[in-house]
Amino acid sequence: MSTEKLNAEFINIQGVAQTFKTRKGAFPALRDIHLTVAKGEFVALIGHSGCGKSTLLNLIAGLTMPTQGHLLCANREIAGPGPERAVVFQNHSLLPWLTCFENVYLGVERVFGAGSKSTGAASANKAQLKERTDAALALVGLTAAAHKRPGEISGGMKQRVGIARALAMEPKVLLMDEPFGALDALTRAKLQDELLEIVARTQSTVVMVTHDVDEAVLLSDKIVMMTNGPAATIGEVLHVELARPRSRVALADSPQYLGYRKAVIDFLYTRQAHVEKAA
Amino acid sequence: MVSAVFHSPLAAAAEDVAVMKSQTGAAPVVPTASGPAPLPEQTKPGFDWNGLLMAAMPPVLGLALLLLIWSMVSMGTAGSIPTPIDTAKQAITIFSDPFYRKGPNDQGVGWNVLMSLERVALGFGLAAAVGIPAGFVIGRFDFLSRMFNPLISLLRPVSPLAWLPIGLLVFKGANPAAIWTIFICSIWPMIINTAVGVQRVPQDYMNVARVLNLSEWKIVTKILFPSVLPYMLTGVRLAVGTAWLVIVAAEMLTGGVGIGFWVWDEWNNLNVKNIIIAIFVIGIVGLVLEYLLIKVATAFTFEEVKS
Repeated sequence: MSTEKLNAEFINIQGVAQTFKTRKGAFPALRDIHLTVAKGEFVALIGHSGCGKSTLLNLIAGLTMPTQGHLLCANREIAGPGPERAVVFQNHSLLPWLTCFENVYLGVERVFGAGSKSTGAASANKAQLKERTDAALALVGLTAAAHKRPGEISGGMKQRVGIARALAMEPKVLLMDEPFGALDALTRAKLQDELLEIVARTQSTVVMVTHDVDEAVLLSDKIVMMTNGPAATIGEVLHVELARPRSRVALADSPQYLGYRKAVIDFLYTRQAHVEKAA
Repeated sequence: MVSAVFHSPLAAAAEDVAVMKSQTGAAPVVPTASGPAPLPEQTKPGFDWNGLLMAAMPPVLGLALLLLIWSMVSMGTAGSIPTPIDTAKQAITIFSDPFYRKGPNDQGVGWNVLMSLERVALGFGLAAAVGIPAGFVIGRFDFLSRMFNPLISLLRPVSPLAWLPIGLLVFKGANPAAIWTIFICSIWPMIINTAVGVQRVPQDYMNVARVLNLSEWKIVTKILFPSVLPYMLTGVRLAVGTAWLVIVAAEMLTGGVGIGFWVWDEWNNLNVKNIIIAIFVIGIVGLVLEYLLIKVATAFTFEEVKS
């Protein structure tokens, strides 16, 4: 496979279906998912709650295995979770007994430390590991809070530590499960701006689950809109061709932006409106 | 087997007194320092006498009520139950020389308490050494959990004293038999709480471990152990509470030196004042043990991730 083709199909999801076994019998969560994500692309998965967005993200993360179909990342079958596909969890999932620094260090040590099997990179000494950890915390602006425990910092800061932990491992793909869902609107906007900047700097490939239309349009190159579950699938894919760097304020009344926004809203509330019926 | 423990380690510190009570059938009353807040309209500069009064009054009234009932009972039984004042005088005599030895059956109250604490420490320590690792293994492997659950359910409700004859038979001595009884009564809360703690490690943390691809050693030291610790300490606290209850009864049966034996001995001497003093000593030692373990538990309880 040529490098060009590989880059265009960096993540390649082929005919994936996921069925959960429940007490009431089999529950089909996803069916017929075909999706490719190019290297360096920012993809948002959007849909009503219960449509299987997180299920799809967990499949890419390798936390669950599909009932049907294949998932490839860099032309290799995804066989389980690993640090090359770092996950930013919805509820930050920091270990409360470790400081912010130690939480980030845990991943850094695993990926770059002595005896790490997961990368071919030459293993680094303690000082270099510490440096990497500090750099990741600086990237999200948390140098001052590095030695605080998660219980002592705000929700927005916790989520930033979660992002730092993921970024510090220099993943090939950054997977984010509604990373800003639990935050207030102002904090969320601030973190979105920071994420835009970080992604521009690190050229990361990102797959993000969201239910926020503005977030999807502002951040993504591609918005994957999902139909309602059960047996959800991809309803429509919208390519967002807004020039980068993007500014929240400048875009607020750009007709192009509003057009994309309208398209997503139209999909979610007109064509997939029957949302609570399944629940 | 999950029913005997707390729902979250955070709530544990607040709930423990109540659960102690339901677990052991007795209620070690832990006095709390928090009285009602001072009334807002009476905020004036200087010392808050009103607040102090409101904080101190309820416990003082409670103690006064106890003394009142005690005095009435004493009068009603025509002095066969001694009055609080006589008991207090006797207590001063006893506590002025707690560490005397006049032969094996006549030793100071200090020796008796220390001997009982030593038995509790031995029995409890052995139970912790066996119970905590057992709890980890049972919690981690579903097969073992299902294998041991029936055994635990069967043996746990048995009164610890029912094991005393087995101990006497096997160990051929009163002292090891008492320690054995403590062992058997304190092992269950530790096994059960540790196992439940392991089973309740948040899936989020295990997902983090999987994404970071942590080694088995890192998973145990950085994730499993810290998240199980509050549950484990709850088990330890319940176990110590039960052990302290049981030792008194066990020593009554086995004899030797110990606070339980002392109670029985004083009953044979018909020295009721000393029995009442012993009851207070037992209560206060139990309260101190409980307080120390709560302090340890709160030091190791961290904020939970809200899901």
